[in-house]
Parts: sequence; C-alpha cells; structure tokens
Amino acid sequence: MREKILRIIEKNSRIDLGELAILLGVEEIDIVNELAAMEAEGVICGYHTLIDWEKTSIEKTTALIEVRVTPQRGHGFDSIAERIYQYPEVRDVYLISGGYDLLIIMEGKTLKEIANFVSDKLSTQESILSTATHFILKKYKEHGTILDKKSTDERMQITP
Amino acid sequence: MRNPLSKQVVEIKPSGIRKFFDIVSEMKDAISLGVGEPDFDTPWHIRDEGMYSLEKGRTFYTSNAGLKELKIEIAAYLKRRYQLQYHYQDEVIVTVGGSEAIDIGLRALLDPGDEVLIPQPSYVSYEPCTILAGGKPVIIELKNEDQFRLTPEQLEESITEKTKVLILPYPNNPTGAIMDRSDLEKIAEIIIKRDLIVLSDEIYSELSYAGEHTSIASLPGMKERTILINGFSKSYAMTGWRLGYACGPKEIIEQMIKIHQFAIMCAPTTSQYAAIEALKNGDEDVAQMREAYNQRRRYLVHAFRKMELDCFEPYGAFYVFPCIKEFNMSSEEFATRLLQEEKVAVVPGTAFGDCGEGFLRISYAYSLDRIKVAIGRIEKFIFRLREEQKQNDQE
Repeated sequence: MREKILRIIEKNSRIDLGELAILLGVEEIDIVNELAAMEAEGVICGYHTLIDWEKTSIEKTTALIEVRVTPQRGHGFDSIAERIYQYPEVRDVYLISGGYDLLIIMEGKTLKEIANFVSDKLSTQESILSTATHFILKKYKEHGTILDKKSTDERMQITP
Repeated sequence: MRNPLSKQVVEIKPSGIRKFFDIVSEMKDAISLGVGEPDFDTPWHIRDEGMYSLEKGRTFYTSNAGLKELKIEIAAYLKRRYQLQYHYQDEVIVTVGGSEAIDIGLRALLDPGDEVLIPQPSYVSYEPCTILAGGKPVIIELKNEDQFRLTPEQLEESITEKTKVLILPYPNNPTGAIMDRSDLEKIAEIIIKRDLIVLSDEIYSELSYAGEHTSIASLPGMKERTILINGFSKSYAMTGWRLGYACGPKEIIEQMIKIHQFAIMCAPTTSQYAAIEALKNGDEDVAQMREAYNQRRRYLVHAFRKMELDCFEPYGAFYVFPCIKEFNMSSEEFATRLLQEEKVAVVPGTAFGDCGEGFLRISYAYSLDRIKVAIGRIEKFIFRLREEQKQNDQE
C-alpha cells in the first residue's frame, strides 16, 4: 500500500485523504496512519508545490554548478557537502559519479547574484578545486511534469 | 439500374453506437464518458520503435501471418502471463486489430446454418460478423444478477444440434464483467461434452482487477477447441495502430491465414515492429495503466453506490454498467436526456444488444478530474429525476 500511496501523492500531495482511500480501496484511517508513519520515518520529507516561476512576476534564475572537490580524510565528501547545503540559496546538492563530484542546483534572483555566490562563497573554499556554472535558460519538464503542455483529447467522443 | 446491394449486408443493422455518436458530435461542450479506448498515449518507447522502423525503411509487407520475431514474442508473452503454450510457427497469426481476428476466425469456422452462441450485452461486431460468415447468431441474454457472467445453465439450454461456436467475451465490454477460473471450468465441461469451438475474445485480459486473468484456453482439453483473440489496443494503449492476434490449433489458424492473406495481406509493418517493443519492454507500462484504471474504477463504483444507483462491481475492462431501471425510461431516453440536460455523454446499454436495455455503459478511460466533473453532473441529473418521480407519485 505504501508504494501506491507514494505514487499518488508524489503527483498530487493535496489529494483528499477520503478520496485517496476510495481510490486504493482501503479505509481512510489506514491512509492516515501510513502517512504519519512515513513522515516519522523520513520517507516523506515534505509536501512541495511545483511552480512554473516563469509565469509569475517573480524574478528567478536557476543554475547547475558542477563542483570538483578534494575529499577529506574520514569524512569523504560529506563534510564539504554539508558546508555547501547550509546556504539557503542552494536548492539541491548531489554527489555525482563521473567527471566531477558534487552537483549543486541553486536559485537566485539574477545571474549576477549566482555568479557572486560562486566566486565569493564556493570557489574560496579550500577543498573546492574548480567549479563550472550552467545557467538554465528554459524548463521543459520538471518532476515528471511537462510544463507547457496543453492536453487535448483527440479521441472520437463515442466509440464501441 | 438494378439494386446494386447485397441483401444480406443491407439487412444488417448499423451499430447502435453510430446513431448516438451523431447526436453527441452535434453537442459542442459535452463531457464524454463514451469511448471504448484508453486515454493514455502509447508509451513513448513503443512509439519510438515504430518511428525507428520507418527511419530504417522497414516499409514493406511482412509475411502473411506476421513478423517471426513478433510471433515469438506473442508466444512468450502468453506463456509468461497465462501459462499458454502456443507454437509461434503455426499457431499464431497477427491481425489488423482483434476485430479482424473475430471476423476471419468466424469465417474459418462457419458453414451456412451453423449456430453461433453470442452472450450479450457484448461488443458490437460478433453478431454482424457471424451473419456475414453465413452463420446464425443465437443470443444468450446475460443477467445483472449473475454479474453478467455466462452460467452453465444458460449455456446448456442454448445449445442445439446446430451449435458450433461459442463466443466468450471476457473481460467484457460493455459490462466490465469477468469470468474467473471456477466460472470457466463450469462451462468448459459443457463445451467439451457438446463439442463446441470457443472464440475467446480476451482483448481486455490485462485489465483484470480481481487477481490474474485466466484464459479458457489454459484449461485441460480447451486449447484444441479455442481460438484465442488478443491484441495491443487496450493493454498498451495502441488502438490506432490496429494490431491484434489470434492463436489456436494449427488447422484453424492455417485457414484463417488463408482468408487473411487474400483480404488483408499482412498487418501494418510499422505497428508490428512497435508491438515487438511493447511485448519485450512494456510490462511495467501495462501495470501502471492497470493501477490507474483500477483507482478510477473504485472511485466510480463508490460514487454510484453513494447515489444509490444499482451497479454491480465490475472487475474487468474499463467500464461500469449501472442499471437505470428505477427511472422507468429506456436507456436511450436516459442517455439522450443526460446529454441534453447535463451535457454528459454515455452509451445506452442497448447499443450492445437488446438485453442491455435499462443499463448504461460508462467508460473510465478518462482522467480522474474529468470523471469527477461528469459524476457531479450525473448525480445532479439523477437527483432531479428522482424529484420528478416523487412529484408524479404524489399527483
């Protein structure tokens, strides 16, 4: 049941719990208990909203920053990752296999704000060897959702 | 000029659905719950494989019975899913949708006067295909109280000396009924005793919500007297690709291939390549779509129960088949008024046989959001009808 709940709320965290119970053919109280358990266990970490900021008047710039670092004795990459993820403007931090080590996704108001962050806060850190910043120009799809898709039903209205 | 038309063809009634379709098309902003095809797009990796085959220039005929690789995959799929053993070389034919398989199956089996048992309500083509193949349709009227399953009693009493074929359409369009293993075992005994051939239309086999689907061909003694029909339309959301298949005893398939080769030549090549991909890597897509349908099914059944509309719980396909007899009007009248007054299109049960009178086919091949809007309107409509009835009773 967990997997089924998660698959639904991953796409729609605002779903009415009574309705969720109907969809899965279980009692509402079971859903409530399962959600509480998953929140306590940290399986569910939050209920966010997918926003297309482009359509608002709020200025937002997103960048992907590739970072190469020297791992630290005893801590590997964890302690440097921790130093980075403390910054509120850093949205995501991933340890990556391949040509570089950490992938940071950060949000700022302007290009300049991000550039300043990279040169002042990131590059100056001792264990960071190099950075490469990529600015996002257009978002097509986020969290499995195609952002600008207009869905039309192409089917005939009545078929046998 | 002489009358150019065949009497037999002229006498065939046009599909009851057609008439209703014309009414709905006139209505601009109607919400439809009237389709018999998935709302999902064909999964991208399958479409991609179809396009790739075009890029590669695979634009020629295939062999009559279909691509070897596809037939191998079909046989492997039927073994994996339904424990069926078919030999790809001579027991499988790839057809233009399940519809063609129904047609050529009947044509391969029937001589003039042979009787074909057709349980109804059911898909619209069994009866006309039987007539066009020279057979005589004998309708078995399925009942709400049996959850629209074919009972051994009904089967037994419909068999005459001339009965040759039984059409077995489960999971069923339009009722959503299924027949589980024990239901099938009961009728299999009679089928064997009375020496019938079964045309088992299992196009909705992947859309079974109460455990795994059982194919009648998997029961002892049945494979040699069954034409199994299935396809890609419903399970992989590939209706427009027009691809299905039939499996059966070599002797029957051989004759079906003969008709197919003269009438059709071969099923569309692009679709056959896409279907190989579907069978190889599509199990997860099918499971996801099934789960989505199942959720909508539960939602609809729950909504009808809340409205206190008589509706048995269907465990197959993507239809519910509520009974509207309490309103004392025909299915067509109900559907027409629902369309005019609330702009919701559903299909009158009578489109699937006379015994569909008093029922509606409601499809849940729609997004939940759309279903919710439609259900809200249906509820309003039913409430109004009941109020009207109350007033009439008082007068």
